[in-house]
Amino acid sequence: MARYVLMKTIEQTTDEILELAATHFQVPREQLNASDDFFGKLGINSLQALDLLTRLEQHFQIELPDYELQGVSDFRTLAERIQSRL
Amino acid sequence: MHSDAFAVSVCLWGEPVMLDLRQYNCLGEALRAALERWPEEICLIEADRDREKTRLTYRQFKEAALPVARALQDSGFRCGSRASIIMTNQSKWLISAYAVFFCGGVLVPLDYKLSPGEQLALLAHSKSDLLIVEYHLWQAITSSPELPALSVRTALITEAPAKADLAGAKRWEEFRGTDEPSFVLRKRSDPACIVYSSGTTGRPKGCVLTHENYLEQCMALTSLYPFWPGVRYLSILPTNHAIDFMVGFIGPFVCGATVVHLRTLRPDYIRDAFVRYKITYMTLVPAILKALEQNLHGRFAQLPAGRRKILNALITLNRALTRSRPRVRLSRTLLKQVHAAFGGELRTLFVGGAFTEPATLQFFYDLGIPVANAYGCTEAGTAITVNDLRPFRADTVGKPLAGVEVKILNPGPDEIGHVVVRSKTVMSHYLDDPEMTAETIVGGWLMTGDLGRIDAAGHLQLFGRVKNMVVTEEGKNVYPEEIEATFEGLPVKEGCVFAANYIWPAREMTGEQLVLVLHRVSGKPMDPDLVTEISLRNRKLLNYKRVSGYVVWDEDFPRTASLKIKRMELAAKLREKLARDAVVPL
Repeated sequence: MARYVLMKTIEQTTDEILELAATHFQVPREQLNASDDFFGKLGINSLQALDLLTRLEQHFQIELPDYELQGVSDFRTLAERIQSRL
Repeated sequence: MHSDAFAVSVCLWGEPVMLDLRQYNCLGEALRAALERWPEEICLIEADRDREKTRLTYRQFKEAALPVARALQDSGFRCGSRASIIMTNQSKWLISAYAVFFCGGVLVPLDYKLSPGEQLALLAHSKSDLLIVEYHLWQAITSSPELPALSVRTALITEAPAKADLAGAKRWEEFRGTDEPSFVLRKRSDPACIVYSSGTTGRPKGCVLTHENYLEQCMALTSLYPFWPGVRYLSILPTNHAIDFMVGFIGPFVCGATVVHLRTLRPDYIRDAFVRYKITYMTLVPAILKALEQNLHGRFAQLPAGRRKILNALITLNRALTRSRPRVRLSRTLLKQVHAAFGGELRTLFVGGAFTEPATLQFFYDLGIPVANAYGCTEAGTAITVNDLRPFRADTVGKPLAGVEVKILNPGPDEIGHVVVRSKTVMSHYLDDPEMTAETIVGGWLMTGDLGRIDAAGHLQLFGRVKNMVVTEEGKNVYPEEIEATFEGLPVKEGCVFAANYIWPAREMTGEQLVLVLHRVSGKPMDPDLVTEISLRNRKLLNYKRVSGYVVWDEDFPRTASLKIKRMELAAKLREKLARDAVVPL
């Protein structure tokens, strides 16, 4: 019997990340875009970015080592890193 | 409690006894002696968040490292060969480093947070023969367009998955020899490490630090803050950086203490680790200290009013009782729950790398958690001054360490001038850069580039920078020259980037900013499209590298015969004609 697994698309994942980031850092959702630099847009430093990572782990139910943020500064690339672990 | 009588006498009577490392010629020898002296003590605990992965005794550490040393020697790694490590903090970092020292090699610890291009540039600049690197970082290097620049002979990859294609590199876990390796003794004056104190594009600053630099620094630091078997140091700052290399590796090891590695910087796990491992010491940058402070404020705010009042009263009492020096046991009794949250064994937190708010330091001290503010730079072999907490001072970076001379050059009427340092811990030179070395070490004194004054109690206070540089609260050095590449090719005659305080000295440690200076093409006003382009490029930079605004300067930049910008002269001209409000914010 075939089993079907519902996978998120990258667009969905990106969207959820933007939503969570907006809520967590209290920035209006409309102001955030996938290609935005999250340090600049959210006004955060690398430690606060790790907070975001923890929040994303809880939401997506996966583990994201600190190094997943290495060289990543926009939401879209972060979504790709997360998508590859889903 | 520890049973070592020597250590007890150091603690109880407070008279520090200097650890005698003068008998050792090199780091390898000092580390080897430690491995023999404390075989059954735990040297390393490696955790991945809250999961413990490895626990090694000194004997096990030796047994892990010697086969690596043998394999290195079998592969042609010789006395003086250079080995680079690019890895997050973990046991393999220290094992590899010891193996390199055992073979008489020179270690080139690189920052894992640099981009692959930057890492490749430093590997080439340092002429590293060998690279030891973590798998995900190797993946980034091998998929980068600058890969052809890879110049090492051998690459060893740690924790690579079973089926991974390593692009010609070897697995670290399989790189082992079977015979006894031959210990290679070095002289005190030989280089031990090449440590890059800044970014990479433009002019890399590779500080060549000798075995003597490290052994002297180790003696001076441990005489103030001793380590002994049973002491647990939580190592979260990167080991490639001067601070953790000393306080999170060499220092604890030569004293038989334990280093705890957490493969994360998340405050939740740091707090867990304090309790789980009953941490004795830790070093932080101001950004992390502030995060811990905010968390505590949050927890205090949630207490019922009555309990909050009692807590405040206890804090006030503790502050009064620790005015002349810390009384850790008393503080732990008075503020039991706060201390329990830190594991109950914490003696001191060290903070450095950037400016820390006095209020933050005072907050922790009043809770009975002594925070020792310190100051240093890689060129000085790490620490120049450290607070000894006798008494606690929130407004200084402490007194010079034993053996370190600090002078203030050209003090003004406010006694503030350029901080210069002379010590056996000062680096030998900048790798392959006699010109920059000659500018930095003058007549035997290290020009730190920082402004300060020494108060009546002998404490150093800092008042900003002489040099053209900014430092973030995470302790990152940012050199304006490195940012300039981002703004190349703009439709202007000339451009350069400055630290704003270099042009308009502010005598302050906060509010450091970078500013772009532009010489327009003659006759053209500031084009809105140009401003947009500048903003776009600016936003592509990492947040701490961005310029805060631009300044128009329509005169030719003064240049040397080789066409390098004479920055000091240009800054003086700008200062003369323009005020800080001439900067147009981006």
